[in-house]
Amino acid sequence: MSDVLRPQAAVGTAAWKGLVIQPAVIVLILAAFVIWLKLGNLSATERATLNPGDLLAYTGQHLALTFVSSAIVLAGAIPLGVLLTRRPFVKVSGVILALANFGQAAPAIGLVVLLAFWLGFSFWSAVVALVVYAALPVLRNTMVGIQGVDERLVESARGMGMSSFSVLMRVELPLAVPVMLSGIRTALVLIVGSATLATFIGAGGLGLLITTGVNLFLPRVLVSGALLVALLALLIDWLGRVVEHYARPKGLR
Amino acid sequence: MSKNSSTATGTSVSSRILLDAVTKHYPGQSKPAVDGITLEIPAGKIVMLVGPSGCGKTTTLKMINRLIEPTEGRITLGDEDVTNIDGDQLRRRMGYVIQAGGLFPHMTVAANIAIVPKMLGWSKEKIKNRVDELLELVSLEPAMYRDRYPRELSGGQQQRVGVARALAADPPVLLMDEPFGAVDPITRQRLQDELLRIQEEVQKTIVFVTHDFDEAVKLGDWIVVFSEGAHIVQYDTPERILNEPASSFVEDFIGAGAGLKQLTLNRVRDVELAEAVTGSPGEMAQDVLARVKEAGDGHAVILDENRRPLSWPSRRQLSRLETIPATPDAAIPLVTQGSTLSDALDTMLVSSAGAALVTDRRRSFVGVITVEVVMEAITRSRKASAMANDNDSPVGTNTGTIEVQGGTT
Repeated sequence: MSDVLRPQAAVGTAAWKGLVIQPAVIVLILAAFVIWLKLGNLSATERATLNPGDLLAYTGQHLALTFVSSAIVLAGAIPLGVLLTRRPFVKVSGVILALANFGQAAPAIGLVVLLAFWLGFSFWSAVVALVVYAALPVLRNTMVGIQGVDERLVESARGMGMSSFSVLMRVELPLAVPVMLSGIRTALVLIVGSATLATFIGAGGLGLLITTGVNLFLPRVLVSGALLVALLALLIDWLGRVVEHYARPKGLR
Repeated sequence: MSKNSSTATGTSVSSRILLDAVTKHYPGQSKPAVDGITLEIPAGKIVMLVGPSGCGKTTTLKMINRLIEPTEGRITLGDEDVTNIDGDQLRRRMGYVIQAGGLFPHMTVAANIAIVPKMLGWSKEKIKNRVDELLELVSLEPAMYRDRYPRELSGGQQQRVGVARALAADPPVLLMDEPFGAVDPITRQRLQDELLRIQEEVQKTIVFVTHDFDEAVKLGDWIVVFSEGAHIVQYDTPERILNEPASSFVEDFIGAGAGLKQLTLNRVRDVELAEAVTGSPGEMAQDVLARVKEAGDGHAVILDENRRPLSWPSRRQLSRLETIPATPDAAIPLVTQGSTLSDALDTMLVSSAGAALVTDRRRSFVGVITVEVVMEAITRSRKASAMANDNDSPVGTNTGTIEVQGGTT
């Protein structure tokens, strides 16, 4: 059996195609949007709302919301997820998962507004709401990923004299990486989409275009806002896929 | 299989294992999983722990490297009491092999083998050499396999790497927990032969858990038969367990065909082999045929330049040939000197020749074994059986409780 097939080659090309096509599509749509902005038949109000400087500022705010929330989610949910798979804490994992489930099940807009009443109408309330909203996929996938590691591998590692910490770092986490990353990607996309709601509590972002479009009945502004959010989400999703592609340990299918 | 060797205490004390009145009691269970077992594992021997599932044999094994902490009792490795030393440190001094090898799928073969040496702080150079040495030992070409990932290996190859990994830091003790349970019978037979060959070289103290009695007879210098609660029913050599089972429990466990199982105790190297006419590729087939006829044989063995058998043509096949071809015939019945007679018999029965070619450790040809030789060996071993004497038997008892199943050593 020395000539075992190496299927990763075939899988690799397919995955690669996806990785190349997605950004190409994003760039194309973005280019079309820019051309339409320049040449399209826009009213004066629309042109004023959609001026490049403001668009960049909104996008910047949106990205700031996204990255700060994501960083907090990752820094909090991954260690928590790991901790909840350790023996002394397994008992409380049900409770924590239920809480996280609650965070995600609650309507995002309700969460944002409620938190704003409590914490004030600011950037940071929006961040807190996004964190609560997006923590679940990361937390759950971290736990599922680690629990999914074959118990015999853990036993075999312990049997060789690895400490439980080194088993975690060298066996459990590397093997859980694919599952964890897909949870992280889901969370990031959720955050980009939901950051739109930050506008309701005055935290800015691309949601501003959408609310402006709705309030002043400017459908073109509304669509521009929605389009930019969608492109941003696709871009983040693509980045996530690239990381998944490279961070997946070799030797795993 | 050495019934005559001086056991344990004298030589290489460092790796004798002694379980002293060890008990494992799980909270919430009325009966202990392992009940006051006292068991001596002689140095440099293979001791097989067999018994029905749930009898506590695996628990007993895992208490030796303290993957399971004993509730009571002491464990000694050599002269050192290891009951209370750091478990991780202890486990680095004992090889551990589980079913299917337990290889880490995200590490290459070399990285898997290097785990314990790395933890022990060996130099890169030393680790690299050791990895290659071990791959050679388990018959995997280092250049070809060291950079592969486990999923690119067959089950049997993974198991070999598992054994290599356990031997990496040259531990005095090897613990094996049903390692060959998940491979097909032919691969298992090969892995067993391989283990015996490796053991000849490395002389480790091996504790091997299995539920397969045939495997126990084939591999074991000593066999411990357990009943529930890790009660030792019999601790003896395979010969004596087959010939004088201590109780009806052991008899049932041996199962039918104890006579045939005797064949597992004898190796091909213990019997006399027949000679054969040999030839080499490129020779005129006619010349070889003439030699075959002269010797009164039915076949000729074709060997390559390293004396490895290539093919085994009959007179008729020879008469059809012009010159002898160099093409190897994958279907020739081959056994090694280390194979058991039982495996040899299996091999010859499926071959058309009613015989098999025997090779040595370097796979070069040494002779032919026939069914008649095997039959003779059965008769002989019946007469010679039950000659082992009691004095060198290692200790194995349960303390503090009634011995439900009766007699031990």
